[in-house]
Amino acid sequence: MTAPTVEAREVRKSFDDADTGTVAAVDGLSLSVRKGQLTALVGPDGAGKTTLMRMFAGLMTPDGGALSVLGIDVARDPQQVQDRISYMPQRFGLYEDLSVQENLDLYADLHGVPMDARRDRFARMLEMTDMARFTDRPAGKLSGGMKQKLGLACTLVRSPDLLLLDEPSVGVDPLSRRDLWRIVQQLVDDEGLSVIVSTSYMDEAERCAQVFVMHRGKVLAEGTPDALRERAHGLTYTALTPPGVAARDLQARLIDAPHLVIDAVPQGGNVRYILQPDEKAEEVAALTGEITTEPRPEELEDAFMMLLRQQEDEAPASAAATRPAAVVEGTADGKPVIVVRDLVRKFGDFTAVASTSFEVRRGEIFGLLGPNGAGKTTTFRMLCGLLPATSGQLDVAGRDLRTARAQARARIGYVAQKFALYGTLNVRENLQFYGRAYGLGRRALRDRIDEMTEQFSLDPEAQSGLLPGGFKQRLSMAAGLIHQPEILFLDEPTSGIDPLARRAFWRTITALAQGGVTIIITTHFMEEAEYCDRIAIQDAGEMLALGTPREVRELAGTDGARDMNSAFIAVVEDARARRSRAEAA
Amino acid sequence: MQAIALYITQTIALIRKEMLALLKDPSSRALLLAPALMQTLLFGYGATYDLTYAPFSVLDQSRGATSTELLARIEATGIFARVATLDNASQIAGQIDSGDSLLVVVFPPDFESRLAAQTEAPMQVILDGRNSATSSAAASQIAAIVGAYNQSLGATSPISILRRAWFNPNYESRWNLMPAMIASLSMLQTLMLAALSVAREREQGTFDQLLVTPLTPSQILIGKALPSIIIGLVQSTIIFLVILFWFQIPMAGSVWLLYFGLVTFTIAAVGIGLSISAVSLTMQQAMLYTFMLIMPLMLLSGLLTPVRNMPAILQIATYVNPLRFGIDTVRRVYLEGATFADVATNFIPLLAVAAVTLPLSAWLFRNRLS
Amino acid sequence: MKRSASVTRLLALLRKETRQMLRDRSNLYVGLALPLVLILLFGYGLSFDVTDARVAVVMEDGSAATVNAVAGLVGSDYLSPIWAHSMFEAEQMIRADEADAILRVPADFTRNLTAGQGQLQLILNGVDSNTAQAIEGYANSAVTSALLHRADRQADVGTEAASVAIVQRIWFNEASNSTWFFVPGLVVLIMTLIGAFLTSLLIAREWERGTLESLFVTPARPLELVLSKLAPYVVIGAIDLVMCLLAAKFLFEVPIRGSLWIIAFSSILYLLVSLSLGLVISGLTRNQFAASQIALLVSFMPALMLSGFVFDLRNVPVVIQVVSNLLPATHFMGLIKTLFMAGDYWPQIIRANVILAIYTTVLVIVARRTLAKKLD
Repeated sequence: MTAPTVEAREVRKSFDDADTGTVAAVDGLSLSVRKGQLTALVGPDGAGKTTLMRMFAGLMTPDGGALSVLGIDVARDPQQVQDRISYMPQRFGLYEDLSVQENLDLYADLHGVPMDARRDRFARMLEMTDMARFTDRPAGKLSGGMKQKLGLACTLVRSPDLLLLDEPSVGVDPLSRRDLWRIVQQLVDDEGLSVIVSTSYMDEAERCAQVFVMHRGKVLAEGTPDALRERAHGLTYTALTPPGVAARDLQARLIDAPHLVIDAVPQGGNVRYILQPDEKAEEVAALTGEITTEPRPEELEDAFMMLLRQQEDEAPASAAATRPAAVVEGTADGKPVIVVRDLVRKFGDFTAVASTSFEVRRGEIFGLLGPNGAGKTTTFRMLCGLLPATSGQLDVAGRDLRTARAQARARIGYVAQKFALYGTLNVRENLQFYGRAYGLGRRALRDRIDEMTEQFSLDPEAQSGLLPGGFKQRLSMAAGLIHQPEILFLDEPTSGIDPLARRAFWRTITALAQGGVTIIITTHFMEEAEYCDRIAIQDAGEMLALGTPREVRELAGTDGARDMNSAFIAVVEDARARRSRAEAA
Repeated sequence: MQAIALYITQTIALIRKEMLALLKDPSSRALLLAPALMQTLLFGYGATYDLTYAPFSVLDQSRGATSTELLARIEATGIFARVATLDNASQIAGQIDSGDSLLVVVFPPDFESRLAAQTEAPMQVILDGRNSATSSAAASQIAAIVGAYNQSLGATSPISILRRAWFNPNYESRWNLMPAMIASLSMLQTLMLAALSVAREREQGTFDQLLVTPLTPSQILIGKALPSIIIGLVQSTIIFLVILFWFQIPMAGSVWLLYFGLVTFTIAAVGIGLSISAVSLTMQQAMLYTFMLIMPLMLLSGLLTPVRNMPAILQIATYVNPLRFGIDTVRRVYLEGATFADVATNFIPLLAVAAVTLPLSAWLFRNRLS
Repeated sequence: MKRSASVTRLLALLRKETRQMLRDRSNLYVGLALPLVLILLFGYGLSFDVTDARVAVVMEDGSAATVNAVAGLVGSDYLSPIWAHSMFEAEQMIRADEADAILRVPADFTRNLTAGQGQLQLILNGVDSNTAQAIEGYANSAVTSALLHRADRQADVGTEAASVAIVQRIWFNEASNSTWFFVPGLVVLIMTLIGAFLTSLLIAREWERGTLESLFVTPARPLELVLSKLAPYVVIGAIDLVMCLLAAKFLFEVPIRGSLWIIAFSSILYLLVSLSLGLVISGLTRNQFAASQIALLVSFMPALMLSGFVFDLRNVPVVIQVVSNLLPATHFMGLIKTLFMAGDYWPQIIRANVILAIYTTVLVIVARRTLAKKLD
């Protein structure tokens, strides 16, 4: 048995907080990571994953405990550790004004990679990341997924003794995510690389040899994915959605019974769920009723959700959102609220969106999917009136966005991808501002703020900029909904938030849709597409698929039929292959 | 009617938000007042052309009663302080080069004898010309002392000039500089504030959130401009009060006219700032543009040296510089007690700048392509 | 080819910083275009030298002697007379900023002059005290030369009495030309500007973009990071220095009496001080906005106002003198003015350079500490 790569004993790290004094980010944590394999750190927001990673990298000094990395006391000699490891922070610091090649050269020089070794390594990295064509392009001009791949390539210019990856796939589309993992896996297989990765994707953790589940700065559970999975054994089922019922409505019904059901998510048109271990058979029968259920093999995500739910002090946040939102008038009259005809957007010579047409009906949840840089952000921005279209027709809420933008804007809500409210204002002040900007009267505004803060369990006096990630997201939602819009636009609202918060978020969305609000959403979590009534997949500015999740899965053929992730990859790769054939011809 | 009420409440909401965002952050709050106050005090004492201390040395080769008398008169001014008495001419260079003496007074050996012979007796004054302003001031002081001495000898000139200086009888340069600070120091900050206001929102992504609300460009313009204008005026007021009560420079004109001028000037400055902001995509760009603009604006404003001393072409360029007319208005109202009719022409360029920049930035808010 | 790892890293970082500097246009604007603009503006725009001062002349006595007395004014290069009909009109001219001064020739001037007691009245707008003093000086000398003229014509010799005359010599700047006084100081301002403003953004930008976190976990040492950030801007500073010297010599015809090598050496040393000051500010604030504001407040504004650039430090209160002497800019300002106008004066060269060297060392050490590869 070789010495562990990382050995932590009772490691502690606290930060000062303006409101509550000190907060322990890592609280007496002990772990031991074996050499030459993939190790995952998983846990909800604020579990201390990033702090722990930074301590491994010698960027932060532990307040107490012992931490050795590669057998070196990292607190005493961080530079020696830094000479031997590679670390990819959450947002890898590429120099955006330097080209792909220049970024690679810089890191190769810093790590002292000899010239001859470098040639082979670069060739291999560029091939694996599929970036050989773009070596002259400035890093700032790459799409989000490509940037992440380049970041990984930069950290891997030489074979480190230990590779640290901090949430490498946040905001990355399924294709790039697959590529990233292919590279890491290959290096582990070929070179026996030791890798520690923190992630909130359970399918990624499943690939690792060892998984640590972190919660509030401590290790909650550890083991191989198989051993962890075992915890959910016998509790996992699939509920088959009866015809005429939306999977998300069935999911809502199940997840709203937290005393019986730990977790429920729509998948492949049906709903997978986990029962509480000590469930009463008759109560479960009453809940599921006429629905056909069948047991399914347990997955790591099931075990993870179980572990976390057991730690929850409060009732699941989703419970707060179950109160139906005010019903928008004229619900479900079947008339489209968004009509897009031959929409085109060009930037100079570059066509970001090519002739695109679709309609969205009232009360529908419409998902806009696509790889990074596919044109979905451009489409999205045109729909919200943030970007004028080059040509085509665009009606939102019955108004032509070209002529009546102000009126159309009054009826839409918008939640940006990154937190885009005023950080120095508190929750109430932010909501007040947006309420007044939408012309709410004094009394109506007060009522709405009370409703919103209650529904999203927000403290009106808390300073917005200091809220934890999940709460910031809730505040953004509250601000987007303050004026009871008919249509709500959500741009990657769940990027970088943990599975628990995602469940709560989607429960709110489904409740809004039930209330007649039309939802347009973009996301990189393909399983979330299952919540949508219809989805559209875009790549290179073109619409590749449009339909219900089931239709899209079927379009993708047999491979894609099982889950949305593979369906998405199949659709995009098919189209790309067709395009390159057409170009070759 | 209702539409107007809605327009106003929406705009007030935006103004309120801007003020809150500015004032809630303790560091930006400190940055708003402390620098203005500190600079006013520092420059109030530090920025002076008035000769108050002139070290000099003496090479007295005559050693007579007249040279002694003259030296006594020079030292009696309280400005000239003798730091060295030299023995020979070779020491002069050392005194001047080192900066120990601003000037060296030399009385030649025959100084006394020439006076006794009822002729003109030259005394030599050697000045350090590295600072031309100081050396000229010292030279004219010495000339005045010698002139007075000559009169006491009975050598009167048939023509004398009776000098009277209006508005600033003692030629205090602080009187000239400080009122100009009311306009220029506050412009530094208002320009920067306005320039960053939109750029910051663009960078932080909040501008999109603002653009999806029903607020119209004119509302955003007013909402962005007014807070900067208010802050600019508050700063001007602080500087004004310091000048009036701490430095006790008497105010000759009407406070109303002063503020009318300041408001017009600040609007023009904010208009420039907002145009920069609307053009910039990032805060860094906004800061660089502002900085590149502030330098020429300050230099071509008449703050340090008069506009009339510039070459003609630069004088023409100053017509688009609001600071020139801001400073001129403030100086003349404050010190000369100018009436509106006296300074009316200053308002034309100020209003012209505002009339161009404000609508331009409102248009750019939405039409600047990202 | 064998190079130590440290040299390879330093070269790699240097290459990176240089490329970044060259690709970001705004850096070049501030680094090269702005100095050029400043040279022209300072050189031409700032001047104490009053020309064409407008003097309203009120003739209440129209005799030949009067015309004679004001002849000097008409003939002067510096004063341009405007004829006013009455004191009231002249006063209006002052108020409307159409005249800078009033020369009043009283009705009894000729009578008094014959009695040897002629008196002229000069009323000045004292707001701009420099201009007012200059006009007063010009008026005095104009009257004196008019007297001499008169004396010549009347051949009125023999009235000479005992009097003291001043033989005045202004060293270094014989013509008392204010351009000579401003242009050397420009070197200081431009070095300060490049240093503090451009570098104040450098580290802060890397903090804001998150690039430092990746850079920290490499074998790169903090000192290498500091040095690589300084070097490209030293080059920009050197180019600006050359521009300043060329403009001084050929455009403004300011003498450069000291040796060029010493000017270059001291300027680069001062450039290092202000560059590392910028880095320290940048490293401490970690925020571009705050960094640039602080850089302006602690380096540029004081260099403009308190270093002796415009205002002579001998005239300011002791407290301000203490503050001024804490500024590296003050020491360099004194030195550069001497080097330009007076020549190599070694005691000052040595003292100023030692002070600057101490500042550089301290600031580089502090800058290194702010890049101590820690996030907490």
